[in-house]
Amino acid sequence: MSDSQKKHNISLFVENKPGVTIRIALVFARRGYNIESFVGSPTQDPNYSRINIEATGDSRTLHLMLEQLNRLVDVIHAREYSDEDVIQKELALIKVRCDNETRTEILQIASAFKCRNVDISDTTMTFQVTGKSSKIDAVRKMLDKFGVLEVVRTGKVLIARGEEETSW
Amino acid sequence: MNKKQCTAAAKLIEILKNQGVECIFGLPGGNAIPIFDALAQSDMKLVLTRHEQGATHMADGYARSSGKPGVVLVTSGPGATNTLTGVMTAMMDSVPMVVLCGQQLTTNLGLDTFQEADVSGMSYPIVKHSFLVKDPEELPSIVNQAFHIASTGRPGPVIIDLPKNVTSAYIDEDTSGEFSLPGYTIRKEGSPDAIKEAAAMISKAEKPVLMVGHGAVISGASSEIKAIVEKMQIPVCNTLLGKGCFPESHELNLGMPGMHGTAYANMALCESDLIVSIGARWDDRIAGSPSDFLPQAKKIHIDIDPVEINKTVQVDCAIVGDARSVLDSLYGYLEKGNTQRWVKLIKRLKREYPLKYKKEGKLRAQHVIEEMSRLTGGEAIVTTDVGQHQMWAAQFFKTESSRNFLSSGGAGTMGFGFPAAIGAQMANPGKTVVAVVGDGGFQMTLPELSTAVNEKLPIKILLINNNYLGMVRQWQHMFYENRLSGVDLVGNPDFMKLATAYGMKGFRVKRSADVRKVLSAALEYNDGPCIIDAEVEKYDNVFPMVPSGAGLDKMLLTMPRKKLDKPKGGT
Repeated sequence: MSDSQKKHNISLFVENKPGVTIRIALVFARRGYNIESFVGSPTQDPNYSRINIEATGDSRTLHLMLEQLNRLVDVIHAREYSDEDVIQKELALIKVRCDNETRTEILQIASAFKCRNVDISDTTMTFQVTGKSSKIDAVRKMLDKFGVLEVVRTGKVLIARGEEETSW
Repeated sequence: MNKKQCTAAAKLIEILKNQGVECIFGLPGGNAIPIFDALAQSDMKLVLTRHEQGATHMADGYARSSGKPGVVLVTSGPGATNTLTGVMTAMMDSVPMVVLCGQQLTTNLGLDTFQEADVSGMSYPIVKHSFLVKDPEELPSIVNQAFHIASTGRPGPVIIDLPKNVTSAYIDEDTSGEFSLPGYTIRKEGSPDAIKEAAAMISKAEKPVLMVGHGAVISGASSEIKAIVEKMQIPVCNTLLGKGCFPESHELNLGMPGMHGTAYANMALCESDLIVSIGARWDDRIAGSPSDFLPQAKKIHIDIDPVEINKTVQVDCAIVGDARSVLDSLYGYLEKGNTQRWVKLIKRLKREYPLKYKKEGKLRAQHVIEEMSRLTGGEAIVTTDVGQHQMWAAQFFKTESSRNFLSSGGAGTMGFGFPAAIGAQMANPGKTVVAVVGDGGFQMTLPELSTAVNEKLPIKILLINNNYLGMVRQWQHMFYENRLSGVDLVGNPDFMKLATAYGMKGFRVKRSADVRKVLSAALEYNDGPCIIDAEVEKYDNVFPMVPSGAGLDKMLLTMPRKKLDKPKGGT
């Protein structure tokens, strides 16, 4: 994988104010850096939010962008995490085509990945999958042959291990 | 008992006064009326402009020449969008500015109501920060935040969008203006380790050069730089915006390096073994191709904005901090090295490759500018527009102190020079202010002549008139086989008659022999602004020139005979 294809996990601690999202997004857009996923929600203190961004691009540009993100007045901290530093989770809802012949096999696969079956109809089943993004990719790959109708993913959320505070 | 109340607009004016604002540059409109109404009931000075862009450049010139934030007041929609060029100009050059924009009622936002535009939204990429005030109680705090953000750290413009119902609402007179900005931190002191490392590099260097930029001007580091230069005997070059921070008459001053820099500055940089940037951001006008910029030299970068570190040119030692504070601590660690041979070479380069132009034949822009520089003796504040005359002013207008040379460097905004001179004269009533402009850029903000006449400002508008958009013509001449396209300014007005129409004085100079006489007469005229229409050689080109995107060693001293390739860099 070339450096420009590298995926990066960025976590930001920001003021919970209008316009913060667009200011952050503009930093990425101006450098032509693609955002893969973007998750934001208020922290335990409603005056602040945490935002998790997964983005693809080269490391040097990322370093510059982190400084540019930290320069934003509403951004208190922005930093990158490698996969090992943090607990990472993502949730996905996957709707798959099924009939009487395939239903059992699909349920077996779902159960092997500890997916929850959240909706069922004559022709479809929908599963809730939680875990690392790579696990969701694996489930999806296994279900592909039955006909995946829809995939909705929350994007990655992450939290620091132990006493360390996330995105500080 | 009810507390004493006032309108949020009245509170706004009170806060501006507390912030030390002396005058506001602006133009009214419907959604700004409550603010102008409060202004009418105060003793705050309003400079009424003829266009909102002019107001921003005036505030910019005010700020650059005084160090205090410039304040602009305009209405919503087109009033506010007209400020954006000036806001971008201030952002690119780190100029403190607060732009107050009227706005539609909060209930009308996003509904395409009359003169409604999402101004804070449009401003995001070109401001240091922007605010939309939705609650009148928050107005005092937000205005104080805006001034704090605009004027501290790396300065920049801040826009405040002020809906009409917010400014006309009543709030308690003692509504708190306190604020906290947890996400806004400034690293003033440099890291002691980095400072010691830099000091060791400088002490060891045999061929060092200091490169002084706008950051050094902003932090007021002139005397710290002088102390280092005198102790260490290091030559100094300055960027366009760093002009004057270290006196250009000093024997170790090399002037400006880069695309149209002095030959000796560029040669010195090519020979150097260490370049110390003091608040200069390795702009592409100097670095050309940043990835292979002078690999023989080690680089130290002092900058208050961590974003600038390794942004383009990779440096060997970075110090994030305020230039003045960093240099002050650095001085103590410096050990005098041996730069004798280097200084000797520098002096020889200065002697052998001076800036020059033809003094015979038709009137030359360089001659007019050099004479103006001589007559004002480094005492004048000079503003420039953008183009050939700007580069000639950078080369020939010798600047002796900080905040005396104001030019749109990063943005290259034509139309900047004349209104910036109005702002500079407002901030410095006792000083001589010269606006060096071209006939192209001058016409972009020319309606502000009314403003200058109204305020009786004795600005000398030195119009370098070649009837061309000269810098583009030069590029077309040099790199595009002289296919001139869109550069001939046919239909220019008679600038003498224009001066008369505005009720101001006009001077004209056509012959080299008359330059001193005409300029002296203009400098003695102080009853208001005047235009000095200098009809100069049409086909002159600015040299030296380093083609854009090329290394400094590719500098051309004169027009080469062989055909030139199209430059690789931007504009």
